[in-house]
Amino acid sequence: MTHRSTISTLAAAFAVALALAVPPAFATDAAPTEKDPVAQARAVKLSETLRCLVCQNQTIADSNAELAVDLRRQVREQIAAGRSDDEIITYMTDRYGDFVLYRPPVKATTILLWGGPLLLLAIGAFALVRIMRERRSVPEAPPLTPEERARAEALLAAPSRKDPA
Amino acid sequence: MNRKFLIPLGVFAVLFAFLLVGLGLNPREVPSPLIGKPAPAFVRNQLHAPDKTMGTADMKGQVWLLNVWASWCVACREEHPLLVQLGKAKVVPLVGLNYKDEPTDGKRWLAQHGDPYTVSVVDRDGAVGLDFGVYGVPETFVIDKAGVIRYKQIGPVTVEALEKKILPLVRELQKS
Repeated sequence: MTHRSTISTLAAAFAVALALAVPPAFATDAAPTEKDPVAQARAVKLSETLRCLVCQNQTIADSNAELAVDLRRQVREQIAAGRSDDEIITYMTDRYGDFVLYRPPVKATTILLWGGPLLLLAIGAFALVRIMRERRSVPEAPPLTPEERARAEALLAAPSRKDPA
Repeated sequence: MNRKFLIPLGVFAVLFAFLLVGLGLNPREVPSPLIGKPAPAFVRNQLHAPDKTMGTADMKGQVWLLNVWASWCVACREEHPLLVQLGKAKVVPLVGLNYKDEPTDGKRWLAQHGDPYTVSVVDRDGAVGLDFGVYGVPETFVIDKAGVIRYKQIGPVTVEALEKKILPLVRELQKS
């Protein structure tokens, strides 16, 4: 085996090991919803919309931080207690604010967040259209005056001295 | 003169300003929605007298601090000497919430590092912490006479935070 193929084999093995080593955090929690597949699905779905405040770019479904484990347990307990999804979301935002939501709500303070990309797109499109219009309307050369035309024709009619033919 | 070259420069200046401001922000500090709202009510056993309880109702009518701490919390050691000083000064009641901790560990830790708390309560399962929106320990809340949360210190209490924010706020609230 060549050196290069050893490295790529190792890299592949490492990737496979990494994929196997990170099971969904949910599989490990024992909790009230475990026996009920519908409640379980709801718990997973809700947990995927909630941010873990410790490891901020993970949902509480992905994270194994202690806080995420607690919040997952809360979600499950509240589902078992018959609360609706909205009630559970409200419970979380009452304590942790909108930051706990992975999908921030559209309101006055987040309008720039939601509208910003559209605004940028509009500015870009406007600039593009303007630049393209400018390029298309390159001014044509002014028409020749009769004297100029006569001179040009005379020049073209005269045999060129440098013409090898 | 054609000033078109100024456009990219302007765009760059705007981006630069945004990034510069962004550098100064702390992503760990999540603004609490509880500021200005009544502190979640709790009644818990006291750490040093497990047969007695203490709750938010006991603190009605006075300005007080709630400090969330644990023996396993490394950053708590950083703020602790300052809390001990504050406890000695007796300017404001300081309630300790022993968060997700074994009471024996908590008591040993206080014996070792000093006990600044007017009273310590046990929150073994972290339920009180959850109600207060605690996501990192230590955290410190300033609660007014009516039981409304006025300020939340995320992370260790620093000399600066104590002198510039917490103590002035406490004095102001005590006057009203």
